[in-house]
Amino acid sequence: MDPVIWFFLLGLTAGLLRSDLRLPPAIYELLSMLLLLTIGLKGGVELAQQPFAGVLPQMVAVIAMGITLPLLLFPILLYAGRFKRPDAASIAAHYGSVSVATYAVAVAYLGSKGVSFEAHMPLFVVLLEMPGLIVGILLARGLSSGMRWGALAHEIFLGKSMVLLLGGLLIGWATGPEAMAPLEPLFFDLFKGVLALFLLEMGLIAASQAQSLRRYGVFLVAFGLIVPIPLAAVGTALGWAIGLSPGGSMLLGVLAGSCSYIAAPAAMRIAVPQANPTLSLTISLGITFPFNIFFGIPLYHLMANTIHG
Amino acid sequence: MQPETKKLLTIVTEAVIEASLTADLKRLGAGGYTIVEARGSGSRGVRDAGWTTSGNIRVEVVCEPAVAARIADHLRENYYRDYAMILYLSDVSVLRPEKF
Repeated sequence: MDPVIWFFLLGLTAGLLRSDLRLPPAIYELLSMLLLLTIGLKGGVELAQQPFAGVLPQMVAVIAMGITLPLLLFPILLYAGRFKRPDAASIAAHYGSVSVATYAVAVAYLGSKGVSFEAHMPLFVVLLEMPGLIVGILLARGLSSGMRWGALAHEIFLGKSMVLLLGGLLIGWATGPEAMAPLEPLFFDLFKGVLALFLLEMGLIAASQAQSLRRYGVFLVAFGLIVPIPLAAVGTALGWAIGLSPGGSMLLGVLAGSCSYIAAPAAMRIAVPQANPTLSLTISLGITFPFNIFFGIPLYHLMANTIHG
Repeated sequence: MQPETKKLLTIVTEAVIEASLTADLKRLGAGGYTIVEARGSGSRGVRDAGWTTSGNIRVEVVCEPAVAARIADHLRENYYRDYAMILYLSDVSVLRPEKF
């Protein structure tokens, strides 16, 4: 098991045993900023070295996937899960959007296996953040009712994860690898160390969801454990279909199977206040995130290798 | 200078609605406000500020009684149902009344 996963386990265990361990909020904030910027910069630098053409159809396909996935999940949550409409829409939106931490762990996993992947994958991370949120809001509220679309667009497009990912991508793309060299020690060399500390805190936060886990019962747990697998299968298959490498297909699978916990909770709390935030945060942080980093990532790697023959 | 009595309206609520809340305060006639990050526990469980969506803020507004009543009404109608929020009012003596 990768050392960064051990850090998650350490945080999870410490949290479950009620240790007083806690990362200062400002440090946690900085770590998440570093991760987002690193992913953006890395993608931008690589994009600067290769022609952009050919990526556009892939971008369209990826956005279409981002719209479709929450639409598929919504009826399952509504009818099989018997969730209220806002709750079902909110959970669907969380799955439609992506988890950057899961993506970062998958990138570290591929790095340690020596598997290469498309340089422009971070672009897909950016593209997949938004559609799920918009679909989720529409599912919850419909088109009519006096919604403040301006405030909402601000929340979705100018949320910190979006600004940092896209900003990093643009800076990396505009400056290229040589100009970026002096920044490499901070952003690229420290990546795994930053990820390890970040996951320590994620473990603590996941542990804090344990109580609500008991409250919401079997369906939620089962949903959070099972649903990432078919979602990731769709993502991996789409990666294969649009001509990504096995590493790229696996990462698209990871993105499809991951569940947002930064952008989505904030956007949903504002746009769909009737939805219970504990419900979606529990399933996202308490169930799907740990599942993905322990079992999902190796499984999706296997899926990608299988589909690529 | 003679101290003058104003109302201190204190709102403890979710950090995530800070932007819309402060916009409302300004619109309803508050001359200003002070916000601090907060943690605590109440009818909606422990709010430990461990996560953006589980963080609280405490907003303090010093204003005329009429403005305080207007803000309280607005908050009751628009936020009480869906958000964790408590309000309380107290009398305060201010030394520079022209600031409120």
